[in-house]
Amino acid sequence: MSKSVAITGMGIISAIGNNVEENYLSLINGKKGISKISKIDTIHKDCIMVGEIAYTNADLEKSLDLPADHNYSRSSLLGAFAAKQAVENAGITNMAKYRSGLISASTVGGMDMTEKYFYDYIENPTNRKYIDGHHLGDGTQKIAKLLGIEESFVSTISTACSSAANAIIIGSRLIKSGKLDRVVVGGTDCLSKFTINGFKTLMILSDTYNTPFDDARKGLNLGEAAAYLVLESDEIVKAENRKVLAYVKGYGNTNDAFHQTASSENGDGATAAMEKTLRVANLAPKDVDYINAHGTATPNNDLSEGRAIIRVFGEEVPPFSSTKAYTGHTLAAAGGVEAIYAVLALQNNVIFPNLNFKNKMKEFSITPETSLIKKELNTVLSNSLGFGGNCTSVLFSKKP
Amino acid sequence: MKKVFINSIGAITSQKTFDNSEFLNEIVNYSTTNISVVNPNYKAYLDAGSARRMAKGIKMGVVASKVALEEAGLESVDAVITGSGMGCVIESERFVAKIIDNNEEFLTPTSFIQSTHNTVGGQIALGIQCKGYNFTYVHSSSSFETALLDAQLQLELDEATNILVGGVDELGPHMIKVHGLIDHIKQEQTIDNLNILSSKTVGAVFSEGASFIVLSNAKQESTYAELIDVAIYNTLGLTRVETKLYEFLKQNNYTVNDIDAVVLGNNGDVNFDEYFNKLSEGVFANTQQVVYKHLIGEYKTASAFGVWLGAKMLKTQQMPDCIKLNDKAPSALNTILIYNQYRGDNHTFVMLRKC
Repeated sequence: MSKSVAITGMGIISAIGNNVEENYLSLINGKKGISKISKIDTIHKDCIMVGEIAYTNADLEKSLDLPADHNYSRSSLLGAFAAKQAVENAGITNMAKYRSGLISASTVGGMDMTEKYFYDYIENPTNRKYIDGHHLGDGTQKIAKLLGIEESFVSTISTACSSAANAIIIGSRLIKSGKLDRVVVGGTDCLSKFTINGFKTLMILSDTYNTPFDDARKGLNLGEAAAYLVLESDEIVKAENRKVLAYVKGYGNTNDAFHQTASSENGDGATAAMEKTLRVANLAPKDVDYINAHGTATPNNDLSEGRAIIRVFGEEVPPFSSTKAYTGHTLAAAGGVEAIYAVLALQNNVIFPNLNFKNKMKEFSITPETSLIKKELNTVLSNSLGFGGNCTSVLFSKKP
Repeated sequence: MKKVFINSIGAITSQKTFDNSEFLNEIVNYSTTNISVVNPNYKAYLDAGSARRMAKGIKMGVVASKVALEEAGLESVDAVITGSGMGCVIESERFVAKIIDNNEEFLTPTSFIQSTHNTVGGQIALGIQCKGYNFTYVHSSSSFETALLDAQLQLELDEATNILVGGVDELGPHMIKVHGLIDHIKQEQTIDNLNILSSKTVGAVFSEGASFIVLSNAKQESTYAELIDVAIYNTLGLTRVETKLYEFLKQNNYTVNDIDAVVLGNNGDVNFDEYFNKLSEGVFANTQQVVYKHLIGEYKTASAFGVWLGAKMLKTQQMPDCIKLNDKAPSALNTILIYNQYRGDNHTFVMLRKC
């Protein structure tokens, strides 16, 4: 049993950078990664904007040194790239020295290849290697192999936009219960026609830069990313003399049980998730120094989440912002991306601005931070809310 | 730490398993390499609108969970944890086909909404208004066992009292087509499913199903069995299965002799059944061996039915002849081990004990 859950490594690739340092520089310089889509030939290319990663599949294959006959989907390539970074960042040289597991999250999996070769598979044997790469567990198995995680606990979570945050929860619980000593947690999702068209039919895609918590918000920008964190037990931290980046202090997972895709008007699920998180962390609302909100910039999410924040924090809502304006909504990866941003906020004592905000929402008086703020931070709360009513909060702290 | 019990079961499979008063009384034999489920009367469990609107996987999951909830005497639970190796493939395929066929035009959201992997878990929670913990694991053949392990952790630590845990997977037409192309589905034109375990050919018979249980840390009248432990391994070499089995038994203070029956996931794929043979011809040669995939086919959460069988045998102290692989039946069934893997990966052990 480990009393605390230490974060000892981080790796990320997103539309605002190919590693942690690049992401941080973009965040503090207000540099967003939203653009017209270039890598997917979609008829919607002129009416949507996305957070696209600069690297092509070929760039990633080269960086990972994969053989020519590999069957990685783009989500798997991104995931492997970011997870390797996280493990290197933690300074892990011998994965097998401790009981190590991997929990990865995805919603897209190998869908990019499936939609490309859907009919071609039947006519032409060339690309059939991708058929077995369709299911979400396939990418996770590949990442585990690359990281040297064998004969161990490896799993995949898919709870829509809260997926990676849930990976952090189960990873933390496995360490606390003593089932594992080390768990690599995070998520990966690439852009695909499937998700672009899916969100398009729901009419929640913005045709311009997304504007979280703005009264005139028009919807979200989809993004692609992969982000992983290394969680380790007290025992490893002590034995290996690890530099701890931050701790996972609390978490809460609830279900809104309201609608298959929409959040309840008053954010019941999000409220309960934040309250549960504070209880697990044994902290009061006033102890939260910054909230990295889910803030997708859809009319429904930001209203529901904003109301939930007010319900939990009352008159004294801590500074909050959404970083979706930088990266777009990276779906299953979002909880991992924003966990890393929360840790960066703690490490550097900064609150990242909520870009593109202009107009206060008419339903309430709270507004997000719009400029970079230097402030001593001890705790950061990160929200991830998704389809299927899945609501997750995670609290990161400097102290165990 | 609290003990964990299986308080109820509910399964929709290719055999008539949704009626808990029966135990494989009538067996259906199939002659194709992809098989569907024996459908319950969905309208008896769902309103007509839902029964019509819901995708197959959602319908199977919701009804299997209703059967389990009813038997446990519960209206709702503290958490819903679902495993699904493939997610809602039928609606996913439909949406992809529409995107391609109509060049991204004229799409409606229904298929997309019903395609997400957490749809079943979300719909179950919505139906029973369960606002608690809700997770969906999507890791191939260990999806259900991961859900089981997650629930076990919460119940042992008394973070919850009743948790609905299940596995659900559906079969889509495109999935059948392409998995046939890569020999994951058997190539035979007609096949005698009850004898597939000795087929000596490659691939499996693909199917679908939903199996839910109520797991609880409070024993009650309806209780089937105690869940002793769950173990999950992403990889295991052929020579490592026995080693890990011994480790697992030792951790729980059991020996091979304590196991009264072993439930094996053989699916008749000559390339991968050797993992099961390793145990059935080795350490469990003198133990009663039970199999089930000749009855319900293969899908990524098929092993949830292996757990269903284990629980059912422990409660009824019966073992229908159609599931016996050998004839070493013990006088009493006290401890059952369930082992599964798919295509050499994602190995799982689940151990149950009579209450």
